[in-house]
Amino acid sequence: MKFLTLILAFMSLQLFSAEGGPCGHFLSEDGLEEGKCEEFKADHTDKESLQKGAQIFMNYCYGCHSLKYGRYNRVARDLGIPEDLFQENLMFGDQKMGDLMSIGMDQSEAKDWFGVAPPDLTLETALRGTDWVYTYLISFYEDETRPLGVNNKVYQNVAMPNVLRDIQGLQVSTCKQVPKLAANGGLSQDPLSGEVITEEQCGFLQIEQEGEMTTEEFKESMKNLTNFLSYMSDPIKEERKYIGKFVILYLLIFTVLSYLLYREFKKDVH
Amino acid sequence: MFTRLLNWVDDRFPLTDTFERHLSKYPAPIGQNFWYLAGVLLIVVLVIQLISGIWLLMNYVATTEDAFASIQYIMRDVDYGWIIRYMHTTGSSMFFLLIYLHMFRGLLYGSYQKPRELLWVLGWLTYIILVAEGFTGYVLPWGQMSFWAAQVILSLIGSIPIFGEELLTWIRGDYLISGITLNRLFAFHVVLLPLALIAVVFVHIVALHEVGSNNPEGIDIKKHLDEDGVPLDSVPFFPYDVVKDLFAIGIFLIIFCFIIFFFPDGGGYLIEYINYEEANNLKTPDHIVPAWYYTPYYAMLRAITFPIGPLTAKFLGFVVMGGAMVIIAFVPWLDKSPVKSIRYKGLFSKLALFILVLSFIVLGYLGMVTPNPLRTALAQVFTATYFLYFILMPFYTKYEKCKVVPERIKI
Repeated sequence: MKFLTLILAFMSLQLFSAEGGPCGHFLSEDGLEEGKCEEFKADHTDKESLQKGAQIFMNYCYGCHSLKYGRYNRVARDLGIPEDLFQENLMFGDQKMGDLMSIGMDQSEAKDWFGVAPPDLTLETALRGTDWVYTYLISFYEDETRPLGVNNKVYQNVAMPNVLRDIQGLQVSTCKQVPKLAANGGLSQDPLSGEVITEEQCGFLQIEQEGEMTTEEFKESMKNLTNFLSYMSDPIKEERKYIGKFVILYLLIFTVLSYLLYREFKKDVH
Repeated sequence: MFTRLLNWVDDRFPLTDTFERHLSKYPAPIGQNFWYLAGVLLIVVLVIQLISGIWLLMNYVATTEDAFASIQYIMRDVDYGWIIRYMHTTGSSMFFLLIYLHMFRGLLYGSYQKPRELLWVLGWLTYIILVAEGFTGYVLPWGQMSFWAAQVILSLIGSIPIFGEELLTWIRGDYLISGITLNRLFAFHVVLLPLALIAVVFVHIVALHEVGSNNPEGIDIKKHLDEDGVPLDSVPFFPYDVVKDLFAIGIFLIIFCFIIFFFPDGGGYLIEYINYEEANNLKTPDHIVPAWYYTPYYAMLRAITFPIGPLTAKFLGFVVMGGAMVIIAFVPWLDKSPVKSIRYKGLFSKLALFILVLSFIVLGYLGMVTPNPLRTALAQVFTATYFLYFILMPFYTKYEKCKVVPERIKI
């Protein structure tokens, strides 16, 4: 019987197991889970966050990454930024408010510089999810073995340089002592002293030297940036949900009335 | 005035006659249950797809350069374009969900038995056209999954021995999937297949109204008629079934609109996340998974891992996958049971139908996940049980003990 349960357990593991976490080698703070993304849920109603995110995007990302399916004036309108302010502070070059947010960088040249052309990011959060994008943004670390001296925990050997280093500071991948797990899943303790036994584990991210922002400020900024990208991938989301309520309400009334009609006619059937 | 106009038309076109024959005097059996609603809802979805499709067509551009961008143009710059697109994407999944329910109803209550054999085959034909329509439509947004699903499915043709490669090139119109392929799939999707679908659905309904609707009891209502020749166990389709259908449509639209407005991606099942990346023929996605409504067949395709003689495993998988769809058409001649409805069939029929549904669902799951040895073995087992439902049908329906079917429908 025990054998049978074991086989069943093994089979269900084979059947339903997922293949690794989506976030590559990103290590959770306690070091227990690798590949699990940090959570970030976008909120498109938070205009302030979206505005700050847009500011970061236009200053740090937009040199290489386009948002070519969106338009400037739509972003300005949806984010509540007056057009003149938008033009002064968030637009560079001679593009017009009604233009698509494409960039001037030549794709084939960009490919020569980085190995791959920087992708358009309009739909990035729809493609990978906000958790992934946020975790990716906070996971750059120094790595001398890479051509640009930088690597990413989520996207190993990524071709992108760490453009956020000025604000984030110097992040490294380090090792630290973590509690050792016992066979039963609890913490192992020294049988004499009762102290928790630790072991060394590597792969933790740590800021060695702060940049223009504190770690907290930086993470908040990356949340804003992710929020903005999430808005870009699905700009209609809030309006869609708003209209949806009225549509469902209308259909509910329609359905109740049609039910009453149906009930009336049903009385005839014996 | 109105009567005179009606008479004028009736002298030239059978308007009143048609209305009476198909609506106000069409006898709908009493006691039809939930399962009988899928048919009318399929008509609703067909109309939704046609209308939303026409409006999408006004802004969609079928070139490899602009197809992906034109979808985003519809989603962002066209007024309410997002509603139209979500109607179409949600509609396609609903189409398949409902047609599976509709087919299951047919199997459940023996709606294919004499004299409804042709009705079943016509319905089967709509399903096959729908499969082609779904596949061609899936390629049009020109995302990564569009491209690679087309790559995988079309390459199956190349596995045909001797002339497969030449046939593949001819169908693709190129040596790889290209703008030419996109254009012809587009032409099929918006002209040929919808025309065929509408025509076959029309004939399906004509056939239905000739032989009359079945009911959950599988009782032939035409055996007991009143003095006017109207079946006693029936009500006129209009208004009785129409008001019932109206109520069902209301509930359906609530679910449909809830998805469109609050859950349009359907968690990656209605719009796959990988398709948010433009097609790239140099970058193969890690997992190529078809839309959920094809995954049972995809699992069967992958389940065949061994070649037989000169025939490759891929070709055999293709044959099994195609056979799984074709075999459905033969059900009217495989079922030897004296009764129609599952309610009066024996234990074996009930068990067999349960195994079929189980196989289909398990295969659907296995078609979505990456294969490993256990999953492949399971896919092989359930592919076998899927086919056994059909192959053994002449035997288990013939030799089981059935209950006696009553003469009249009781409600």
